[in-house]
Amino acid sequence: MKDPYEILGVQKTDSDAAIRSAYRKLAKRHHPDVNPGKPEAAETFKEISAAYELLGDKDKRARYDRGEIDAAGNEVPPQRPFYRDFSDSAGREKYRSDSVFNQEDLESIFARAFGGGAGNGTGGGRQFSMRGQDAHYQLTLDFLDAVNGSTRRIAMPDGRTLDVRIPPGVHDGQVIRLRGQGMPGIGDGAPGDALVEVAVAPHPLFHREGDDIIIELPVTLQEAVLGATLEVPTIKGPVRLTIPPNSGRGTRLRLRGRGIEGRGHQFVELHPVLPPADEPELAEFLKTWKPRHPVDPRAGMETT
Amino acid sequence: MDVTAVTALFADLTQVELVTWVERGWVIPDAAESGFEFHAIDVARVRLIHDLRRDMDLGEDAIPLVLSLLDQVYDLRGQLKAVLRAVEAQPADVRSAILAVMGRGG
Repeated sequence: MKDPYEILGVQKTDSDAAIRSAYRKLAKRHHPDVNPGKPEAAETFKEISAAYELLGDKDKRARYDRGEIDAAGNEVPPQRPFYRDFSDSAGREKYRSDSVFNQEDLESIFARAFGGGAGNGTGGGRQFSMRGQDAHYQLTLDFLDAVNGSTRRIAMPDGRTLDVRIPPGVHDGQVIRLRGQGMPGIGDGAPGDALVEVAVAPHPLFHREGDDIIIELPVTLQEAVLGATLEVPTIKGPVRLTIPPNSGRGTRLRLRGRGIEGRGHQFVELHPVLPPADEPELAEFLKTWKPRHPVDPRAGMETT
Repeated sequence: MDVTAVTALFADLTQVELVTWVERGWVIPDAAESGFEFHAIDVARVRLIHDLRRDMDLGEDAIPLVLSLLDQVYDLRGQLKAVLRAVEAQPADVRSAILAVMGRGG
């Protein structure tokens, strides 16, 4: 921002009247309306007006002369440095109060700040205590280990190993907290906990619904129509299951108590499978077969 | 800056009074051949004492107390900044753990 005296072409000692007449003269010469061919005239005129707004006002001119406001009329920040400006400077060392803050004080302040003993912050060599950090781990389990429970050993960053007991039926995303197995505490602080987040891998045969285990069991046409006794896998090993006659697709058979230990069941969903190749006898029979219980399997699918 | 130069900054500070402040230990300029050498921080401290005595009309007895308390505040702020720098240097989970504990109130 240029000096307003300079803009108006006057001296600091000139009278108010002299400044006014200098302004009038310049304003007439640079007014944008009398200078239609000079685009820069508008800018010059604005400068002149601003300069006169400052110097034409007795008070503002006086303040500007004293350096209290700048050419734009803004307050000038006081130039004196305050003592606080030196609070970080190395030179302040000599003004340091030597009694204010020894190591013991620092520890007692921290012991209080971190809840190491409310109301007992009188110092006296209290040791700083803080609970240890929780340690976070991730563990991916086979489906069967997750539903049946197991024990896994994980290595911790500090070289220790940690045996994690997986309770039966742990689910994907569950966090197992092992109290006191995290990072050691500071001072008298308790150690943190180990938090093990479990991921459960899917299984090709089984899947879970809550505490129940579901399995799809393919059966032949004969087994579905005539019934059979079959071996079925469960999460604890194969068991024998009796299929009643006339078990169609979607029949759900329950194996009581074969789900998550002590809580769930296993359900077996039957999937009758047609023979893989031509069966002329079967086709011949079906051509003449009149069902005793006719059914419309697409009932209820009308979209009206 | 010597005593003369410092007093010249004020309309109403005599060299005698300034020397008194030095003798009482309120300001600690360096010793120079021709008396005292005031550094920028010392001049700022003189201005502070001047403000306290003139603008705030504090009694002479109160000045050492006020200066001592102010110095303690600046020391504490320095210590606190050191602590904050130490906290900032920690991993994010440690920082948030510290903040969580502080938020509970010591």
